[in-house]
Amino acid sequence: MEFISSNLLTLILFLPVFAAVVVALLPCEEKNLIRWVALIASLLPLALALFLWFQFDASQAGFQYEQQVTWYEAINSSYHLGVDGVSLTMVLLTTVLTPLCILASFSINDRVKGYMALFLMLETGMLGVFLSLDLLLFFVFWEIGLVPMYFLINQWGSEKGERELWGGMKVKARTYASFKFMIYTMAGSLGLLLAVQLIGVVAGTFNLTQLFEIWPTITALDNIGPLGLSVGTVKVIVFWAFVVAFALKVPVWPFHTWLPDAHTEAPTAGSMILAGVLLKLGAYGFLRLVLPLFPEEAKTYAGALAFLATMAIIFGALSSFGQTDFKRLVAYSSVNHMGFVVLGIAAAAYAAGTEHAVIAMNGAVLQMFNHGLSAAGMFFLVGVIYERTHTRNLDDFGGLFPLVPVYGGVLIFTSMASLGLPGLNGFVSEFLVVRGVWPVFTVYTALGMIGLFFTGAYILKGIKQVLHGPLNEKWTHGEHRLTEINARELLIMAPLMVMMLWLGVWPAWLLDVINRAVGMLF
Amino acid sequence: MTIETLIWLIPLPPLLAFFLIVLFTNRNKALSHTIAVGAALLSWGGSMVVFWSALQEGAHHLGEHPFESAISWLPIAGSWFQIGVLIDPLGAAVLFFVAWTVLMIFLYSVGYHNFGQPKGDHDRAGLPPHGATVEDEHGHKHTVPSIEPMYSRFFAFIGLFAFGMYTLVLSDNLLTLFVGWEIMGLCSYLLIGFWYGKKSVRAAMIKAFITTRVGDVFMLLGIAYLYSAAGTLNFREIFFNEEFLHHLAETPSGFFSLSAAGLIGILLFIGTVGKSAQFPLHVWLPDAMEGPTPVSAMIHAATMVSAGVYMVIRMFPLLSAGAEHGELTSAMTAMAFIGSFTALFSATIAVAQNDIKRVLAYSTISQLGFMVAALGIGAYVAAAFHLVTHAFFKALLFLGSGSVIHGVEHGVLHTDDHVDPQDMFNMGGLRKKMPITFWTFLIGGFALSGFPLVTAGFWSKDEIFADAFAHGNTVVLITLAIAAFLTAFYTMRQITLSFFGEPRTKAAEHAHETPWTMTTPLVILAVFAVAFGWAGIPEDFLGLEIWPKNMFHGVVYTLTEHQQPAGIHFNWIPLLISLGVALGGLGLGWLVYRKVEAGQEDPLKKPLGPAYTLLQNKYYFDELYDLIFVKPAIWISETLSYKWMDRGLIDGILHTFSRATYALGGIFRNYIDVPVINGFGDLVGEGVKKLGKAFRVIQTGRVQQYMVIALVLAFGTLFFYLYNLMIP
Repeated sequence: MEFISSNLLTLILFLPVFAAVVVALLPCEEKNLIRWVALIASLLPLALALFLWFQFDASQAGFQYEQQVTWYEAINSSYHLGVDGVSLTMVLLTTVLTPLCILASFSINDRVKGYMALFLMLETGMLGVFLSLDLLLFFVFWEIGLVPMYFLINQWGSEKGERELWGGMKVKARTYASFKFMIYTMAGSLGLLLAVQLIGVVAGTFNLTQLFEIWPTITALDNIGPLGLSVGTVKVIVFWAFVVAFALKVPVWPFHTWLPDAHTEAPTAGSMILAGVLLKLGAYGFLRLVLPLFPEEAKTYAGALAFLATMAIIFGALSSFGQTDFKRLVAYSSVNHMGFVVLGIAAAAYAAGTEHAVIAMNGAVLQMFNHGLSAAGMFFLVGVIYERTHTRNLDDFGGLFPLVPVYGGVLIFTSMASLGLPGLNGFVSEFLVVRGVWPVFTVYTALGMIGLFFTGAYILKGIKQVLHGPLNEKWTHGEHRLTEINARELLIMAPLMVMMLWLGVWPAWLLDVINRAVGMLF
Repeated sequence: MTIETLIWLIPLPPLLAFFLIVLFTNRNKALSHTIAVGAALLSWGGSMVVFWSALQEGAHHLGEHPFESAISWLPIAGSWFQIGVLIDPLGAAVLFFVAWTVLMIFLYSVGYHNFGQPKGDHDRAGLPPHGATVEDEHGHKHTVPSIEPMYSRFFAFIGLFAFGMYTLVLSDNLLTLFVGWEIMGLCSYLLIGFWYGKKSVRAAMIKAFITTRVGDVFMLLGIAYLYSAAGTLNFREIFFNEEFLHHLAETPSGFFSLSAAGLIGILLFIGTVGKSAQFPLHVWLPDAMEGPTPVSAMIHAATMVSAGVYMVIRMFPLLSAGAEHGELTSAMTAMAFIGSFTALFSATIAVAQNDIKRVLAYSTISQLGFMVAALGIGAYVAAAFHLVTHAFFKALLFLGSGSVIHGVEHGVLHTDDHVDPQDMFNMGGLRKKMPITFWTFLIGGFALSGFPLVTAGFWSKDEIFADAFAHGNTVVLITLAIAAFLTAFYTMRQITLSFFGEPRTKAAEHAHETPWTMTTPLVILAVFAVAFGWAGIPEDFLGLEIWPKNMFHGVVYTLTEHQQPAGIHFNWIPLLISLGVALGGLGLGWLVYRKVEAGQEDPLKKPLGPAYTLLQNKYYFDELYDLIFVKPAIWISETLSYKWMDRGLIDGILHTFSRATYALGGIFRNYIDVPVINGFGDLVGEGVKKLGKAFRVIQTGRVQQYMVIALVLAFGTLFFYLYNLMIP
């Protein structure tokens, strides 16, 4: 017990990768064994995360469960982990979603071993980003998360579909999507690596807890480096490198076009985790690194960020409404919803120190969690119907409600959570963002309402095109007979739905932790 | 149990019923409706206890010390956002009619969805029941109405709806009010789309949700603004703080010349415009009639659409902040204009509609316009009074129309005469076939027309006229008077066409009174449609001092701390107007429509000419909106945003980059790597190879040849050497 609580974060972080190794050692043919081992292994970090949740003292400032071991002594980088209310929320989200994703992947039949191992490795990558308190370590985990995702899309993505590039050249859609995802993220990572190195060289440490204190106020440099840069230049370079890396990951408009492609082509569970957690890495980067390290620069450019966020909200919703592909419709909804996160962050950056900033930031963090739940749920439900019909084209559906009433009910529920219906989770966070941002960026908030309006339009379009209509004869008989959502699938949706409802009715249990953490940060 | 605890519990039974039916009992129809009606009964009982206790307190005392209780809900920055329940005089009045209408409509739904009838022959989920063939004891086969295939689901949805409405009424703050507001919006969407198999239904459900959402997003902004400015959303904390209201009325908002209070008020009012279907967002309500009739009665007449007006009555101190000098605030001007315009505008449309439910839908829009206009001129007591009376008589009329349709449908099935059972020109003479429906509908219709003295509608409408007159708002008064005249006219048209004269179709001839579950609610609501008016008789009506105390004036104690009941002295002019328009309209309606024969067209069609076509097509607003909003929105989404911006521009730039990179790579390969680097390497390699090839000729592997070559070379060398030696 003592061992567990003193190494809690390390255990949470490395259990998945350990499980990945175990899975890799199992024989390929034992598909069911591999699935169950992966599932059970992914439940362990969840159990530990829950333990962490209940042990965590929200009223205490700073990071808890810190662990620090020297790693690269020469450059003063250490293996340094810790959680506060914000990262704890994200850890909880990751550890909740991963087992559900693995359960959702039970329908994968092709190279199960590799798939499950990669998935578990992905979890470590994501958790590492949330838990790291060392910049170099942060970067390492940032990159680790990228590789498994690339292979998941590239190898297990949807088999159909082609994308025309130029001059009639065509590539497989999943190849295109995975490559685009990789290139975009790498483009950000390059700057990130440079920024991390610059900070390390200039400040002489990668330790974030120290950096939070010294970096914002640093004025003179002992260690200017080979180029003889001034403090201002270094800060500007690092700031923009961070912003670009995180903006690509969120993604902020207009860097968002990789998202619909990647989400659409990824396997179901891949889309779930991509929308559920990976997008949050970018937003988390903003609020963990950009805002505390660059309060002044962040404030200067907050207006521009808010503008881009508003564009994401509006055009994400519009593009979503313009889709005929169900999965792409859901994918674009992520652009729309993450826009609110970024808008909240921008307002917090601009108005740091005020009550509005705290409210906006509360909304942003809660929206990250909420979007994780609803987006994962929506992608899963798209997957459920895709597995049965092998089409995502909305025009092929319609009139499915009489065939699959339970599925229909679940879909309407999840869609409503995504729409932000009061009483479900999305509303609370959107309201907090709107409330927090209104006094700071009034015009952007008002414009964002266009997006909120079209959120309604695309959600209803999805429901109408899939469920409503006279009984669809095409799917009633023969090999195409549409079967009702099964027990395993319901088991995946149930926890998500319970949490959506719970957070909508009684958000205080989560929001209190976030609120305290945010209040201490800003 | 304290009264506050009871108030907390009131919304819960219907919510519980929703979950129970959805999760467990949906296969058992009888159990499902028992749970739902039982839940409605529990909430009704609780509401009546609360209402009774409120009466005991007296309006003045209750205004100062309402029943309230709050808990901490959201941690926000350094404090907690509190949510709670509140019953003050306005809340009690609204709770009273909500509890009654909800219970009545739950009961009515049992009969409306043909409980106890056999299962239909070809009925399917998503379509209305088509009827079942039964064989009587003589072996004759005939078609009778069949039970709704999604019977349980209906009760689940209306349960959730009732939860939303109770939440809205009992909320002590704008945020939970908004929660109830939106939950009702969802239920409205789901219930309009109850028969989602029909194309028109699918369009109507989306239209309803999207149109009201226009209002909702503005309202959300208003809430955010108010919350930022006030630091609270609690009604009493805001309205009993006169200093704050004053401050808000003085602060410029930066948007045109509106004050902060004005902008917040208008933003919130846009929410009402959507929810209460005021012009220009009125288009969804008539289409919402695609839903089952209990839904039209409950959601689209008595409760949800009234909630919009309820919200602005609640917000009245804010809307009127800054109006001390007798001038209307900008928010009030907007309300007076929109309200009276809507009242007249939709009354004209109602005149030319033939569908019995659509007439009522336009009438609802028009009556809500009356309330909004009344608020706009400051007559909030009259607005609240009309809100309650209207809820009773309009619910009654809708349920009555449902009963009529049901009766005619019975005739349609029985006679196999497939006429539209909702078209009033296919009816006639129903008063003998459906006496209870007839008498109750007559009461409801007269209440709507404002038939003098006996009906509730008269008292409430009269009070609006009196207020408009007393405040000198002549334009509003005249507009509303014309609207009231048209109201009486189209109501009488409806009653005459449906119930009087002779049956115009075989179906109408075989129409048949509906079961007790449907007629009982009619009778009870009819009682209220008459008696509730007595609660609001002006104290000096006709200049006499014999009337009981006007109980409704107690509502004013809700709003602000120091407000005195705005006593208006009795005046004959508004009363005469009120009498004139009501009786005139009713009389004219009777005269024009009493002799309509089967197959005859509307007698108004000829005299009105193209105007009639314009009215019948609702001024072509649907077509106009489709052209200027819907089609462009689809184009912007599909083409501009997705195809052009994302796929074309952004991905285009991206692809140009990658193409350029690809080309650059090609250049490196084709002009540097291949010719220079590879070329040098190849040169060396190929050179050696060529050399080797050249030497291959002499490497034949034959020893004799080698010997010969060796000898030749040896001799050659020898000769060369000797030659050099000899010639120095």
